[in-house]
Amino acid sequence: MTRKILTVDDSRTMRDMLRFALVDAGYEVVEAVDGVHGLEVLEQHGADVIITDINMPRMDGFGFIEAVRNCMPHRVTPILVLTTESTPEKKARAKSAGATGWIVKPFHPEKLVEAIRRVAA
Amino acid sequence: MDPMESIKATFFQECEELLADLESGLLAMQAGAGDADTINAVFRAVHSVKGGGGAFGMDALVQFAHVFETLLDGVRSGGISATPELIETLLRAADVLSDHVAAARDGGSVDEARAEESIRELEHATHPEESAVTAAPALVVAEPDEFGFTVTPFSPETLLDEAPKAGAWVVTFKPASDLYRKGNETLLLLRELARLGPTTVWLDGAALPDLATLDPESAHLKWEVHLAAEVDERTVRDVFEFVEDDCDLQVRRAELSVSAPQPNVVSLAAEKPVEVPSAPEVRDAAPKVEPVKAEGAAATVTHATIRVDPERIDRLIDLVGELVINQAMLAQRVIESGLPASSTVATGLEDLESLTRQIQDSVMAIRAQPVKSVFQRMPRLVREVAAQTGKSVRLVTEGESTEVDKTVVERLGDPITHMIRNAIDHGLESPEDRVAAGKPREGVVRLAALHRGGRIVIEVQDDGGGINRKRVLAIAIEKGLIAADAQLSDEETDNLIFLPGFSTASAVSDISGRGVGMDVVRRSVQALGGRISIASRPGKGSTFTLSLPLTLAVLDGMVVDVAGHTLVVPLTAIVESLRPKPVDVRRLGPQGAVLSVRDTFVPVIDVASILGFREEPLSPCDGVVILVESEDGGRAALTADSIHGQRQVVIKSLEANYRQVDGIAAATILGDGRVALILDVDAVIGMRRRDASRDYQPPLAIAG
Amino acid sequence: MTELTSIVGANRRELISFCIGEQEFCVDIMAVREIRGWTPFTPLPQTPGYIRGVINLRGAVLPVMDLAARMGLPPVQPSARSVIIVVTVSERLIGLLVDAVSDILSITDESIQPPPDVACDRVRSFVRGLFTIEGRMISQIALDRILPEIEQIAA
Repeated sequence: MTRKILTVDDSRTMRDMLRFALVDAGYEVVEAVDGVHGLEVLEQHGADVIITDINMPRMDGFGFIEAVRNCMPHRVTPILVLTTESTPEKKARAKSAGATGWIVKPFHPEKLVEAIRRVAA
Repeated sequence: MDPMESIKATFFQECEELLADLESGLLAMQAGAGDADTINAVFRAVHSVKGGGGAFGMDALVQFAHVFETLLDGVRSGGISATPELIETLLRAADVLSDHVAAARDGGSVDEARAEESIRELEHATHPEESAVTAAPALVVAEPDEFGFTVTPFSPETLLDEAPKAGAWVVTFKPASDLYRKGNETLLLLRELARLGPTTVWLDGAALPDLATLDPESAHLKWEVHLAAEVDERTVRDVFEFVEDDCDLQVRRAELSVSAPQPNVVSLAAEKPVEVPSAPEVRDAAPKVEPVKAEGAAATVTHATIRVDPERIDRLIDLVGELVINQAMLAQRVIESGLPASSTVATGLEDLESLTRQIQDSVMAIRAQPVKSVFQRMPRLVREVAAQTGKSVRLVTEGESTEVDKTVVERLGDPITHMIRNAIDHGLESPEDRVAAGKPREGVVRLAALHRGGRIVIEVQDDGGGINRKRVLAIAIEKGLIAADAQLSDEETDNLIFLPGFSTASAVSDISGRGVGMDVVRRSVQALGGRISIASRPGKGSTFTLSLPLTLAVLDGMVVDVAGHTLVVPLTAIVESLRPKPVDVRRLGPQGAVLSVRDTFVPVIDVASILGFREEPLSPCDGVVILVESEDGGRAALTADSIHGQRQVVIKSLEANYRQVDGIAAATILGDGRVALILDVDAVIGMRRRDASRDYQPPLAIAG
Repeated sequence: MTELTSIVGANRRELISFCIGEQEFCVDIMAVREIRGWTPFTPLPQTPGYIRGVINLRGAVLPVMDLAARMGLPPVQPSARSVIIVVTVSERLIGLLVDAVSDILSITDESIQPPPDVACDRVRSFVRGLFTIEGRMISQIALDRILPEIEQIAA
């Protein structure tokens, strides 16, 4: 069964790159442009794994993760955070919001897939 | 296209939007908007440019963006206050960032000195306590330069074991409840370990409570894994990177003989491992949270957008153009067949016509774009020209969301750029002169877009000194553009600046004198079916008004017959059509005639003879006169044999396969399938003026 | 192109021949987009006489050149037999008005001779070469040379 990945990022470039890498690796991809939109898409399409950016308009990545974690059918869906910062504080902040793991930008497609494998069956 | 190339193209496209957002955000801050949303948007714009740039290895861009972003992060968190000076710094940095993007896109390079100066400014603003001297570009970027994923060690012990790779590891792992709450999964971690080498896994279930007291959302199990793999400790710990804080983890080298703590052996290869307390599926846990709804309809709309290759839309517009033509042809056939207007075929055709018109409007609406993309380029231009001229200028924009066909938007940039340069360079006075004239030091240039009468109107207004008419007249006479004794109205004088070969700057200034005079601007505007005019009030300023059709794809025209040729006269140029009485027509000179229209005399131009379709001009009384108004407001009476009616026509380029023809703006295809030419009213009036001057006629030139 | 010639034979090319008055001319078949019957032209003002006007070619505006007039021969008198050969020249489309299309020929480059010195300048510049086939003399039109003038005027 094809795994469905929800990517949430306000940058079209980043969404396109994620889509390119993920589709290439055999995943199905649904996209959202910010946290609010992400929740809508999640509600509508569901997802096996979520990849989200942090800095986004309307609802940022932290808010989005918290909302997902409080949302019954998805509360244990793995969430990977996209971050340009690899500082421990940023990671700790993501983790405390409920992120499953993180991906440091810029990412290599292989590493992206590896990170997904680590959090999804 | 190579997918990466296509993503790169998307990136540059997105950069334009981000840079525009950045600039408008900063300008909003400058105007006093200090709210978190604005600052966040500014931060995000730089952040996204940096993120994308990193993916494509644009190092210089990323390094600059990083320094920029660091300062913005400080502003965002409130540590650094957004003073007017700081915003100036940020605006300059935005320009440099824009240069970096352009350099990455076009393969050029940025102005190093300017970029370094900007970096110094940014760093000084970020760390004002550090002396400027030490602020040599600290271009160390947090993320790795290579195009790769880095697992950053963030617990010191992971750094320790660089020792020889041991052959076997013992991993004890006790997940905390939080590990599962964050979507992690023991089974997957064990599987990852198994990828490193053969594993033997023991499950320690000693901590499991009775079923009666068991909290299904808590973790109670502990695992011990023996891993036989030639890897270092760090590789083993990396498997647990995401869960390090949510478990008890011990990694140690295996003793030579391992005594199994419990016989409860689980091999990962076995069909079914012991049930891992996995993702707790608890029915009555936290109530479902309603996703936050988008605020307002506008926000929702943006989500419903799709991206379409513009070529597809262009193709669609072409096809709809064909549809319009075919529909008109069909209608003509039906009329020719003599079917009564009440027949079902005729009424069906009317419905088809209405549908066709609606489809056309809808399709054109798809390609419509706000002029914002052009307007957003102007603040930078204003800053640069203001700096070059030493003038103090504030740009005010209005109507940025005014929509117009993409083909028009793309061609607005050059004329607007030139009008703004002109407004600052020639329009506004120096700050000293302004103060002396009792005006504020800072001049205002207002750029506005609006829809008026089925056209888009762009106004560039300055509050400068207005046109120096005496000087303009002197120059025009000196350059032989007008006769020394010519009597011109103020309006006519102002319009002299559009004449070829006119330039008011005595020394060609760096700003306006880039080889482009207002005459070139006017010609390029006319080529688009547009008009440009100027109104000026001494001491108060000038307003350039540019009016363009909303689209370059269709045009409303009047279909006329001249000497057996069918022509289309653009409706926008037509004032009225009339059948003059002989008494209203006066001969003037050997060939010319003028028509008296409500007490003013208007030169008569026979379209057929000026285009060379007949020798002897048609007398205005034998045909129809179409009163037209040219660009500069001058009027002319065009004579035609008859008028067929009004019609929307699809504009077809003559240049595509042939070349421009004097007096003809473009072509179209009429209902009978034949090509009809669209008259270029201004060019026809211009041709007449040239003819007139050859005939040694009094200078109708300016009066038109 | 290269593949085609290698299949057909060394330097062999296909040409479409047509008549203008008594004379026979041809153009490379690769340049020909289509051949249309005569349709009324819309004359253009301020245009050399050899441009007869424009016609509607499925929504595009196509200029029609009177090839005879272009070469200084008496202009073509349009009739029901007249045809318009639509050719592509440097990415533009142009219609050539000729009296009739006669043949499709396959010849080798070797059989084409340069136009003789005695021919007038106009002919020499518009004719790439001459060859005879079944006793008829046929001139190959240099399409790229009949148009540059248009470019120059446009410039």
